[in-house]
Amino acid sequence: MLQKIYDWIDDRVDITPLWRDIADHEVPEHVNPAYHFSAFVYCFGGLTFFVTVIQILSGMFLTMYYVPDIENAWRSVYYLQTEVAHGQIVRGMHHWGASVVIVMLFLHTLRVFFQGAYKKPRELNWMVGVLIFFVMLALGLTGYLLPWDNKAYFATVVTLEIAEGVPFIGEMAKTLLNGDPSIVGAQTLARFFAIHVFFLPAALFVLMAIHFIMIRKQGISGPL
Amino acid sequence: MKRGKGMKFVGDSRITADKQKFIPKDYSEYPGRTEAFWPNFLLKEWLVGAVFLVGFLCLTIAHPAPLEKMADPTDTSYLPLPDWYFLFLYQLLKYKFASAEFFVLGAIVIPGLAFGGLFLAPFLDRGKERRPHKRPITTGLMLLAFAAVFWLTYEASAHVDWEEKAEANQPVWPDDQPSIEIDEADPGFAVYEANSCIDCHGGDLAGGAAAPPLFGMDHDVEEIKDIAVNGIGTMPAGQFEGSDEELQQLAEFIASVNEQAAEEE
Repeated sequence: MLQKIYDWIDDRVDITPLWRDIADHEVPEHVNPAYHFSAFVYCFGGLTFFVTVIQILSGMFLTMYYVPDIENAWRSVYYLQTEVAHGQIVRGMHHWGASVVIVMLFLHTLRVFFQGAYKKPRELNWMVGVLIFFVMLALGLTGYLLPWDNKAYFATVVTLEIAEGVPFIGEMAKTLLNGDPSIVGAQTLARFFAIHVFFLPAALFVLMAIHFIMIRKQGISGPL
Repeated sequence: MKRGKGMKFVGDSRITADKQKFIPKDYSEYPGRTEAFWPNFLLKEWLVGAVFLVGFLCLTIAHPAPLEKMADPTDTSYLPLPDWYFLFLYQLLKYKFASAEFFVLGAIVIPGLAFGGLFLAPFLDRGKERRPHKRPITTGLMLLAFAAVFWLTYEASAHVDWEEKAEANQPVWPDDQPSIEIDEADPGFAVYEANSCIDCHGGDLAGGAAAPPLFGMDHDVEEIKDIAVNGIGTMPAGQFEGSDEELQQLAEFIASVNEQAAEEE
């Protein structure tokens, strides 16, 4: 039955080559921890992706309860945390995932860096990877405000003060993020929510797609 | 790897399926025991992922995500701290050479150089050699940056009493505290202010670190008079130093606030 459905689609859109691009390749010995245990360092990139998937799924479920408005944001998080079935687990996954993904990303960066895997011909992929790192940090920064508790509010005030201190564009950058030149409030929360849920994930997906396509094009760097 | 237009990729989409069922391997660069990604290697990755997920879920269950009390912009005593992975940048701005008139140096130039260098690493380190000990400058700079980030993060977090901070910011549903209007024109309030009551129980009668709130109690006027004179619990006797008339005004005032609070609920 499944085979028939597959054949029916394949007859029309020829998905086999696509499938092959994604899955039909060999994994070289030097990155396979089954042969060399030290090759576990190659796991960090995959684990980063795995935690990113956790972040996307748990984040999608969080938005089912979260209300991006200063009156109700904290209350909706509190309700989710204390009343909703498994709400504590889903929020916990998103909260801890945000830290774990940074750790994994950091380890992955160190692995690539110390192995010199960013050298020709992989310069572009390294730069895309660093951009992914920046987007992740920005996701952490904007997500931190959303529960609208004291920690969130005061950390954001500090962040915006730092942004304001940038010469020439500081004021504009602050207003763009904040929604107002001075008040940290309803506008700020709405903007951070939009940035966290729409703008940055969109950027992240594009960058990750480029990252993975380049890996498949170029293959994994050879052994040292 | 072959280069140019004749480049042949593993799983190249230009090779149609019916022409050739299995694409020849192109791993001449690293001979050895290769393994098919699908399904052999993916199964192993799946298992690693499952173990990782179990560990991760244990973490989320053992340590629920923290939530402090609702944002209160008037809370001047709150010590603002960013999430842990920004602590090093935050700490950097505390040093003299990176704050005040050198703010641009600490906030833009130093992080900019560090992250810019990371971003442009392939163009700064152009040698062919890949082994870390064969490119000591690159490796050394990274180790230095790593040590600096680690040290700054440690410095920023070591002086914070995290437990006390969490204790002082317990999540409280904002509606749990009834909003009570204190009639400051009441003669009882003047007595409340003149004696030391206000020092511990606060101007809004909501209590503080040293004393409980004065509403939501189960005492009538006579009992309040007794407590004001003789103390209760950790409250010492002899706090009230006015006349009997003032004592009556004070007790009636506190009782009236109490009634108002009871109605609010």
